[in-house]
Amino acid sequence: MSLKRNIQDLRQRKIEVQKGGGDKAIEKQLAMGKLTARERILSILDPDSFHEYDMFVEHLARDFDMDKKILHGDGVITGTGTIHGSPVCIYAQDFTVAGGSLGLMHARKITKIMDHALKMRVPLIGINDSGGARIQEGVNSLAGYGEIFFRNTLASGVIPQLSVILGPCAGGAVYSPALTDFVFVVENISKMFITGPSVIKTVLGEEISMEALGGARVHCETAGNAHFYAKTEQECFDQIKKLIELIPRNNTDKCVKVEPKEPLKKYKIEKIVPANARLPYDIKDIIRSIADNSEFFEVMELYAPNIVIGFGRMNGRTCGFVANQPKVLAGVLDCDSSDKAARFIRYCDSFNIPIITLEDMPGYLPGVDQEHMGVIRHGAKILYAYSEATVPKITVIIRKAYGGGYIAMNSRHLRADFVFAWPTAEIAVMGPEGAANIVFRKEIEEAADPEAMRKQKIEEYKEKFANPFVAAAQGYIDQVIEPSETRSMLLHALDVSENKSVSMPQKKHGIPPF
Amino acid sequence: MENIDEKDYGEYPTLLIGSGLYKTELTKKFENRAKWEVPDPRKIMAVIPGTILDVFVKNGQQVKKGETLLILEAMKMQNQIVMPFDGKIKKLHVAPDDIVKKLQLMVEIA
Repeated sequence: MSLKRNIQDLRQRKIEVQKGGGDKAIEKQLAMGKLTARERILSILDPDSFHEYDMFVEHLARDFDMDKKILHGDGVITGTGTIHGSPVCIYAQDFTVAGGSLGLMHARKITKIMDHALKMRVPLIGINDSGGARIQEGVNSLAGYGEIFFRNTLASGVIPQLSVILGPCAGGAVYSPALTDFVFVVENISKMFITGPSVIKTVLGEEISMEALGGARVHCETAGNAHFYAKTEQECFDQIKKLIELIPRNNTDKCVKVEPKEPLKKYKIEKIVPANARLPYDIKDIIRSIADNSEFFEVMELYAPNIVIGFGRMNGRTCGFVANQPKVLAGVLDCDSSDKAARFIRYCDSFNIPIITLEDMPGYLPGVDQEHMGVIRHGAKILYAYSEATVPKITVIIRKAYGGGYIAMNSRHLRADFVFAWPTAEIAVMGPEGAANIVFRKEIEEAADPEAMRKQKIEEYKEKFANPFVAAAQGYIDQVIEPSETRSMLLHALDVSENKSVSMPQKKHGIPPF
Repeated sequence: MENIDEKDYGEYPTLLIGSGLYKTELTKKFENRAKWEVPDPRKIMAVIPGTILDVFVKNGQQVKKGETLLILEAMKMQNQIVMPFDGKIKKLHVAPDDIVKKLQLMVEIA
């Protein structure tokens, strides 16, 4: 063969593989409202940046007449490329090839690109669209999953790992996304569950649709397995690109600094918060009144909305925001919000992202269900995550900071670097009513008019203790600030903390209250 | 700081936390939370969803502690459901081949 013919042959082979499962299967994929695996990769990466590897890999299954079948690329496309010029490793399961089912070689392609991502210290993006294990390959496909999970765990906290669910992701397959940092789902397309509707029907006689059991909304709102919800694949890709732009590419890198921008004038920080601590407002307005260009990229918007987490920039550098949301459930801490915040804090700490905590929180949610679900263990995760974090940690107490919640929300005692309080802050062991009832119980009981006495004592307690100055007198608060000073105080504190260095005791690893 | 009138928040539900009442939105999950009930040892519930394979007792029958009442098959395992204490069967709520849900009442003891 001449070189020219060799090249022609190579091109022909590549064209063949790029057909995936063939025209019919691609038609079916499109009819489901889904893009093909290749289209997805090309939509996420910068134009012309995708470089594919292992396209000529062939499956090794010999049983059940599988040896007669050709599965192009063994049902998965892997490669490298860039997003906003920053390198990433990526793979996409191809549902048009044997339903994207995972066999031994399919898994090997994935683990190879994972190893690459870890070695090169670049983010890994995995697009899941697969019917699950390739039954014909038996235990080899289970081995494949195990190898993926192991690498997800090794890479955790070293490189960012993003899972994009764009089709079914069922059974064991769900555990790779569960082990990664951020999970993206799309309405009507993403389906994640351990056991599907048909099994549930045979075993339990209960009928439930795939969407109601493990659709995008369920995972974002109820189960908390997914972090980003999108209506379309394109919206999902935009979220991925935005996130990659905000986070560092590995745990030794820093975020890319961009041109700083002042917050928009329409967010007037001193007009957002009602003086009465019992009334709600949207904490995201406070974040937007502080962050560069009033931009806030929220994570897990739909899950446990009583706490708000996400990324924003301060003077051009990415920060993580953790903020109680008085608008929902009065901003209480509970099992779900504790899990949500704790994991985010650990993410920021792993990737050198400073954490800004905004506090306005009446305590923990009371209830038998909360206690029985283990709010003690779940709540402890926040304490653990903040205590362990060594990135710059700054707290602003806006209104209520009561009891255990005060300690948990990045207090000085958990080694916050800076704690600021607005003059409206109430830092106390509990709310004034509860405290007055206990402290002045005798006076109230013995008074001629106990109700009047109770009111008087509550007022007395409020006057004396429901303010930031008792805590400031102890040095637990570094400064009481005017609301309009919040951004400038934070910017300065972040500048001062730029080269923060603390050492923790040597250990293999801690034992967080999982 | 603007002083906002409380009546502007009339549409918000009120939530009691500690000893304070707060105007705030509630979540679906919070509103649908399970109400806790005192467990009744005289009611034998299915701890796992499954299928009733066999029932060995009848209504009104006197049964000793530890005797098998029925077999509940779940997750390919045949679970023996035994009498928790000496007593009389008040009412059977299941029969062979019934599919039971988690926490469904199976047997009442008098």
